[in-house]
Amino acid sequence: MTRSPFLTCWLIAGLTVLYLPIALLIGTSFNASRLTTQWSGFSLRWYVAMFHDTALMDAAFLSIRIALVSATIATLLGGIAGFALARLRRFHGRTLFAGLLAAPLVLPDLLIGLALLLLFVAAERLTGFPQNRGALTVVLAHATMCIAYVALVVESRLASTGTTLEQVAMDLGAPPFTAFLRITLPLMAPALLAGWLLAFTLSLDDVVIASFTSGPGATTLPMLVFSTLRLGATPILNALASLVLALAAGALFAAWRLGRARKY
Amino acid sequence: MSGFVTFEGIELRYGAHTALAGLDLSISQGEIFVLLGTSGSGKTTLLKIAGGFLTPSAGRIVLDNTDITALPSWQRPVNTMFQNYALFPHMRVAENIGFGLRRQGMRGRELASRVEELLALIRLEGHGARRISELSGGQQQRVALARSLARRPKLLLLDEPLSALDRSLREETRADLLALLKFLGTTSIIVTHDQDEALAIADRIGVLREGRLEQVGRPSDLYERPATRAIAAFLGAANLIPVRLAESTADTLSLALPGGATAIMPVRPIAPAGLLHLALRPESLTLTIGTGPNTLAATVEGATYRGATRDLRLRLPDGTPLRANLSPDAPIPPEGSALRLTWNPSRAILLDR
Repeated sequence: MTRSPFLTCWLIAGLTVLYLPIALLIGTSFNASRLTTQWSGFSLRWYVAMFHDTALMDAAFLSIRIALVSATIATLLGGIAGFALARLRRFHGRTLFAGLLAAPLVLPDLLIGLALLLLFVAAERLTGFPQNRGALTVVLAHATMCIAYVALVVESRLASTGTTLEQVAMDLGAPPFTAFLRITLPLMAPALLAGWLLAFTLSLDDVVIASFTSGPGATTLPMLVFSTLRLGATPILNALASLVLALAAGALFAAWRLGRARKY
Repeated sequence: MSGFVTFEGIELRYGAHTALAGLDLSISQGEIFVLLGTSGSGKTTLLKIAGGFLTPSAGRIVLDNTDITALPSWQRPVNTMFQNYALFPHMRVAENIGFGLRRQGMRGRELASRVEELLALIRLEGHGARRISELSGGQQQRVALARSLARRPKLLLLDEPLSALDRSLREETRADLLALLKFLGTTSIIVTHDQDEALAIADRIGVLREGRLEQVGRPSDLYERPATRAIAAFLGAANLIPVRLAESTADTLSLALPGGATAIMPVRPIAPAGLLHLALRPESLTLTIGTGPNTLAATVEGATYRGATRDLRLRLPDGTPLRANLSPDAPIPPEGSALRLTWNPSRAILLDR
């Protein structure tokens, strides 16, 4: 097939728009100068400074801990919800349940954050839990937000595989629960992993909901980055962004390799 | 009721729709019974009821003197080979075959040797560690068969076991399947829509139409003595010619064909008010120069050379289309020419339904 030069130009233009900013960011993170506009030699000084910035490191570790816990909770609950939607074709309130479950996908973060804040304050006044806002409330908020994403991924995976394999398992003497453990769960596993990764990324990335539901002691990485930016950009942030990018690319590559190994 | 497997008055209704309407069927031990029908005839529904995936609205199933109607699929001594095989993609060949055995509590060396035995049975020795995706279509078919045979089911259900295979592979696999089922003596119900397949593998065939068993019998019974026009046309090709009863004596019937021809055949009971049809198989028609009874005149509309036969498309004087498969040595009649055909009266089929 011959490619028209016109299409090739469009492809290059499109890729440039998408990736030039990222390339610039990575380049700048190695710039010795404090000024973005002026190249004064290759240096790792911003990476060193980043690792010495204790506030930044604390925030990063807090964010990772929150993301780990909230992604796990969301995967458990979202997995169950996705299974129910895909396998229980009819139950009372199914449409309502599906709608409520998908709501966080379309609701603005601002609204979710505000609503959760009000809930936490009211709950504390009535029951004493959760005591003040902090890491725990952010975990609960992120888990709530991510359930919808996990459920969606799991449901579409299960809907595409159908119920025949479970029927085969039951035909071969497996009671329903054994069929679920031996057949459905292994089939769901890639979707659960993908959902967990998605939830982890969403939690790590969120600034709006975290700002509403966090308390004085708990500043997540995105919150810290945001407040730092208000005082002017520092090249440390470029280094941080480049590092996150490298980690994300590495995880993506690992997932791709795993997926390829699984097939053959 | 006798028989190893009996279905007694099986009914299945979804609201106003009747999928199966009071079906009775008895199958003896070691028999290969083929359920033949078009899609929507209820054949897969019956298989699902036998496998325990659907509960009939009425009726019961007795297998080896035990009523299994209320047993869930995982407690029935019945196994199914599913359409398109439905092999577990996340398990190796040996794990697929051993799945049912593990559910019985079989482990370790006993399990391994039984799986190896089954692999030998389907001529896939040493393939136990393969992934399903590494197997060809024919190999997958055999693995699915071995998996469904592993628990030595009292009744084996096969849902279109050959339909996913290439035509070239189908005939060979069909012979293998038949030999294996006969060797093991497994009582089997095979569902198919392919009449050639049904004729070739069945001990008996049941033709299902609109949730009813229209006729049950040996393949030769159904082919030579179909009960209805639909079965005559479905099992092999048949020319259906409307006829009128002209005269009946103690041992012969005389029939008036369109265009003034007559057919004389041995007497048989016919429904008095029935609309009569004479069914003539295309292969039982031959050219003739005679003009007596059991001959008819037709006009040639076209011919197709098929190697073993020369297939003619013809038309009777009243417009009824007719097909005749002649010997390829027969002279080629030009299009539009008239010719005369005859048949052996014992091969003619008179239908009153």
